[in-house]
Amino acid sequence: MVLAVVAGAVVWSSSGSAAPPVTTRDATVDVLDGPARDQRVQLSTRLYLPENTPAPAVLLAHGFGGSRDTVAEQARELAQRGFVVLTYSARGFGLSTGKIALNAPDYEVYDAQKLLDYLARQPEVITDGPDDPRVGVTGASYGGALALMLAGTDKRVDAIAPVITYNDLSQALLPNAATTGQTARTPAAGAFSGDGVFKRSWAGLLFSAGAGPRGAGAPGGGAANPGATQQPTQPPTDQPSDQPTQPPSEQPTGASGDQGGQPPAGDATGGPVSCGNFTDEICRAYVEVATTGRASQQTMDLLHSVSPVSVAEHITAPTLLVQGEQDTLFGLDQADATARQISQAGGTVKVIWYPGGHDADSPGPDLRATIGDWLATHLGLPRTSTLDTAAVTTAGFEYSIQGPLRTQRAPTVRTVAAPTYPGLGTESPGTQRQSLALAGNPQPVLRPPGGSPTSISAIPGLGTQTATSSQLANRLALDMPGQTAQFTTEPVTEQILVAGAPTVRLRISSPAGQQGADEAVLFAKLYDVAADGSRTLPGSAVAPLRVTGLPADGSPVEVTVTLPGIVRPVAAGHRLQLVVTTTDLAYATPVQPATHVVALAGDQGLALPVVPGRTVTADSLPTGALWGIGVVLAVCLVLGLVSLVRRRHPEDVAEDLTGVPLVIDGLTKSYPGGLTAVRDLSFRVERGQVLGLLGPNGAGKTTTLRMLMGLVRPTEGSIRVFGHQVSPGAPVLSRIGSFVEGAGFLPHLSGAANLRLYWAATGRPEEQAHFDEALEIAGLGSAVYRKVRTYSQGMRQRLAIAQAMLGLPDLLVLDEPANGLDPPQIHQMRAVLRRYAATGRTVLVSSHLLAEVEQTCSHVVVMHRGQLVAAGPVGEIVADGGEVSFRVDDAETAARVLRELPGVTKVTVAGPDQVHAELDAVPRATAVASLVRADVAVEQVSPRRRLEDVFLELVGEGAAR
Amino acid sequence: MNAREHGPAERGRRREAATGAGGTGGGHDVHTDPAAVAEFTELAEHEHLGVSPVGAAAGYRAGRTLPLRVELARQLGRRRTQLLLGFLVLLPFLLVLAFELGSDSASQRSGGFVDLATSSAPNFVVFVLFVSGNFLLPMIVALFFGDTVASEASWSSLKYLLAIPVPRLRLLRQKALASALLSLFALVLLPAVALVVGLVWYGTGQLVSPSGEALPFGDGLVAVLLAVGYLAVHLCWVAGVALFLSVLTDAPLGAVGGAVLISILSQILDQITALEDLRDYLPTHYAFAWSDLLSSEADWGDMTRGAFSALAFALVFTLLAARRFTTKDITS
Repeated sequence: MVLAVVAGAVVWSSSGSAAPPVTTRDATVDVLDGPARDQRVQLSTRLYLPENTPAPAVLLAHGFGGSRDTVAEQARELAQRGFVVLTYSARGFGLSTGKIALNAPDYEVYDAQKLLDYLARQPEVITDGPDDPRVGVTGASYGGALALMLAGTDKRVDAIAPVITYNDLSQALLPNAATTGQTARTPAAGAFSGDGVFKRSWAGLLFSAGAGPRGAGAPGGGAANPGATQQPTQPPTDQPSDQPTQPPSEQPTGASGDQGGQPPAGDATGGPVSCGNFTDEICRAYVEVATTGRASQQTMDLLHSVSPVSVAEHITAPTLLVQGEQDTLFGLDQADATARQISQAGGTVKVIWYPGGHDADSPGPDLRATIGDWLATHLGLPRTSTLDTAAVTTAGFEYSIQGPLRTQRAPTVRTVAAPTYPGLGTESPGTQRQSLALAGNPQPVLRPPGGSPTSISAIPGLGTQTATSSQLANRLALDMPGQTAQFTTEPVTEQILVAGAPTVRLRISSPAGQQGADEAVLFAKLYDVAADGSRTLPGSAVAPLRVTGLPADGSPVEVTVTLPGIVRPVAAGHRLQLVVTTTDLAYATPVQPATHVVALAGDQGLALPVVPGRTVTADSLPTGALWGIGVVLAVCLVLGLVSLVRRRHPEDVAEDLTGVPLVIDGLTKSYPGGLTAVRDLSFRVERGQVLGLLGPNGAGKTTTLRMLMGLVRPTEGSIRVFGHQVSPGAPVLSRIGSFVEGAGFLPHLSGAANLRLYWAATGRPEEQAHFDEALEIAGLGSAVYRKVRTYSQGMRQRLAIAQAMLGLPDLLVLDEPANGLDPPQIHQMRAVLRRYAATGRTVLVSSHLLAEVEQTCSHVVVMHRGQLVAAGPVGEIVADGGEVSFRVDDAETAARVLRELPGVTKVTVAGPDQVHAELDAVPRATAVASLVRADVAVEQVSPRRRLEDVFLELVGEGAAR
Repeated sequence: MNAREHGPAERGRRREAATGAGGTGGGHDVHTDPAAVAEFTELAEHEHLGVSPVGAAAGYRAGRTLPLRVELARQLGRRRTQLLLGFLVLLPFLLVLAFELGSDSASQRSGGFVDLATSSAPNFVVFVLFVSGNFLLPMIVALFFGDTVASEASWSSLKYLLAIPVPRLRLLRQKALASALLSLFALVLLPAVALVVGLVWYGTGQLVSPSGEALPFGDGLVAVLLAVGYLAVHLCWVAGVALFLSVLTDAPLGAVGGAVLISILSQILDQITALEDLRDYLPTHYAFAWSDLLSSEADWGDMTRGAFSALAFALVFTLLAARRFTTKDITS
């Protein structure tokens, strides 16, 4: 019967680095189907083989308007987790031949049975018996219905997971939500009354998706088929390939973009052109309904026969029903009916409602993993999902609530799980319903002639392009004035989480005497009204009702209306508003004008289904991260202990030097760039000295002082202060008061506050500081209470020197203290320093001015280019009164005269007009008198300063002088 | 010699008087009373402090330097700190004002975000945390930690602190502790003010989570409290990075801006879904994990991962900062 021919090549593919390799095998499977099994169709198939075979199989059916390629990514996902996956193009789609019979038992369902035969013959597939592969069936929408039909027809199916599909096409396309009878006890039960209102826009979109020209019949052609051009190359996360929303919109593009380039195949020529790929039977039925808005019994029977409702009682395979909360085509009531039917016949059913559907997104990665887990568990593969492991594989119920806030990119969603789907089975207590009183007088509603203008609830087929923002879609709703009856609740005091189809009892009547008004076509919807009056129509859904047999005398007919199934948290302070209109854009409304009166029946108000459950969370704490936190804390602890221990390292003390304020030995500081700021510097400072560190700018004075303060680490050599080696933070630094390279104050505080906070930072007793005396020395007067940022350079300088003197340090280090001070201040400071040193303390002053050092210091160290040039008492180095320079007109004569003077030694001629001589005890006046007597004109007599000579030479000004 | 000196002295005095009249004022009273010099030297003559066994001046102990209250006093006196804290107090009022002004065009609102915020006090707090989570909170932490050492360097006061001497690690620790206290205070201040403002304007309603789940007022408060706790832990990474930059540079703006920039960069990279799992290693990836708390059954998974990520970043950068600071030559 089946003449299977393996065509195509084996294609190795590797998608992603970590994903297991998946191979594919294309084949065209020939099937003879039809009532007489004599119509040949060729089904284009592709088999996805996992890494390890044999393995259980999954038959993956595509949505309406799709093909085997539109489910490629999902197939690859399933194959990666270990299934052999068979995808195929259903008859009338893709490269498959034949005509669309809408999952008719003799056509599509029989084809699928033959594909099970084909699977059983593949060596890679585990079999449960001869011709019996271990197989699950899944698919979305049209493919989901096939899964149900196949499972109800063929016992070889071991598990199914139909997604967003229908139970009864006649109720999906011609719904009637009003009933005078009882409604089922399940949460989303619809009335499912006969003689419904035609859902024309969705039906039209679906019909056009199957009716247009297509790129079939191109044997050996490329993979071109509708939807292929929109396939994402990345593993889908947002828009998987089986997106059933797409067909209407993508069909034209898919066809025009047919890469095969072949003319449409001839197998569409059998019927009228308008029928496209549909079988005549389906085509006739559609034309009938689309033109009259009503379905004949024959059409109803046809739709019933191609719907899962016809076989649901035979389904024994474990069934996972996934239905969308944003779905105006196949609402929650469709899955609800399927669940009831399967459960009644004893089958196992799990129901999941997710925040997507034909109006929004396809199942996301997590939900696809759950579907895979369902199949894996029932087909004998390990599960992989980490989500809510317990609830995945058993009967039960999960629904997701889409929150109003978007915290990151996607709307936040939480899932609530209940142990069972309420109302299934006879012993089940049924759905809990919360009553909410509605208020509103009976209101007349008018249907205008021609049914226009129309109210709007949703625009089908907008698909994910706009409806990803359900906020937007929900706000499209529009009610026409005069056509609308409104009934509103009081604001709810606490949040109510509506999960399912609310019901309400209404009284519908026609005014007495109105002609031909024995039936009413109305549309009921339930708005969530915020405190500010903004309305949201959850799920964009509307419940159409056709109430027949309205008495001519104007007395009402009382009906129960099942509103669309929704999942909606109604926030505290919000109201619910029931709106009944006479028209709706998505439905075929009668064209005759009519008036009806809509009234509430009784005072029960709204019955809101509530399904308690627990919020599903990934309850497993990541142990790796917990360990990580532990490790981090442990490292902190260890480091803390180590630093405590290291702080107690022994001090490096030279006992013989404890009385010497400062000994610098072989000090060198060189920088990585090759610059050596200080080279092999050695000197020593004794108590009571005022030592001047003299050198031109850049001589290394400041660097030396920074090393002395422990701010800069010496490259070599050592600095000992009172015998203690100086290092960063060495306690001996507390005996040094310093002012190095500019003041450092907090500009936002006053001078006084700065000094007090500075002293507080030392942690030493306040009485040691002697603030008042130090501030007196600074002499800032009332300015000490002004913020430092208002100070002049000189004021900062004085305050900084005062800060250095706080606590009367044993060694006072001042770097260029005279900078920025005016002469009287300099003069006064010199006195302070000299007197301070006289108290047995030591002062170290750096300067680039010789005069400064000469007038302030007792000792001097001269530096140049980082090296020591001279060191000693200022008096020794600056020869005061000893050597004298004479400027004369005749140097030779002068030298001779001076040499002759008793007591004068070391007479040298320094130039044509200059003579140096050591006068010793000889007064200068005597020397000058002798020269004058010898007829030498004396222009100038001055003490000769060796230091100045040296210094000027160093500074490079000697030549200029 | 004296005669030589007097001329310029007179000129200097005149110059000073002129500038004093020009604006600064009080220049002429900047002088030292000769009596004060005598007094001071007298004092120095008679007072000679002892020396401790480790060679320090008597009264000095490394463990007592730069006490926390001193560092806090130094920081709290700053206009920057006061302005920031003032802004945090003001922000909830500004938001309420914005909601009140914007309420005229109710239907034009941006979805449920604002509706939720104004539904109850806990929701208002959650809203405030949401809107400040991306930039404001990291900025606050970056400001306190990034500025702490760099600003001392820029004022040249760092060298005087180190010359006290405050041991370098201790200085870093005390500064980090003070910054942490200030950051924590700011982090608590904002939701606390928001809560009070929310209570006055929006009442003690339920906390409705972003996923639409409603929690009673009490549970909502607990959730908000835990969220603040998580934020405090999570923002540690910013603290670590900012502290590291603070010891790296002498420019406070560079340290603060650098840390904020890294935070923004991380957020941008986090938007690139193509990076997939790599994004888990971004420090800001779990910045909003606290929203998992707004549920009857909190999922602690992401918060645990977020806490680990933050603490690990904080540890690494703090160690780098300590290493850099203890070995660095202070040249500012």
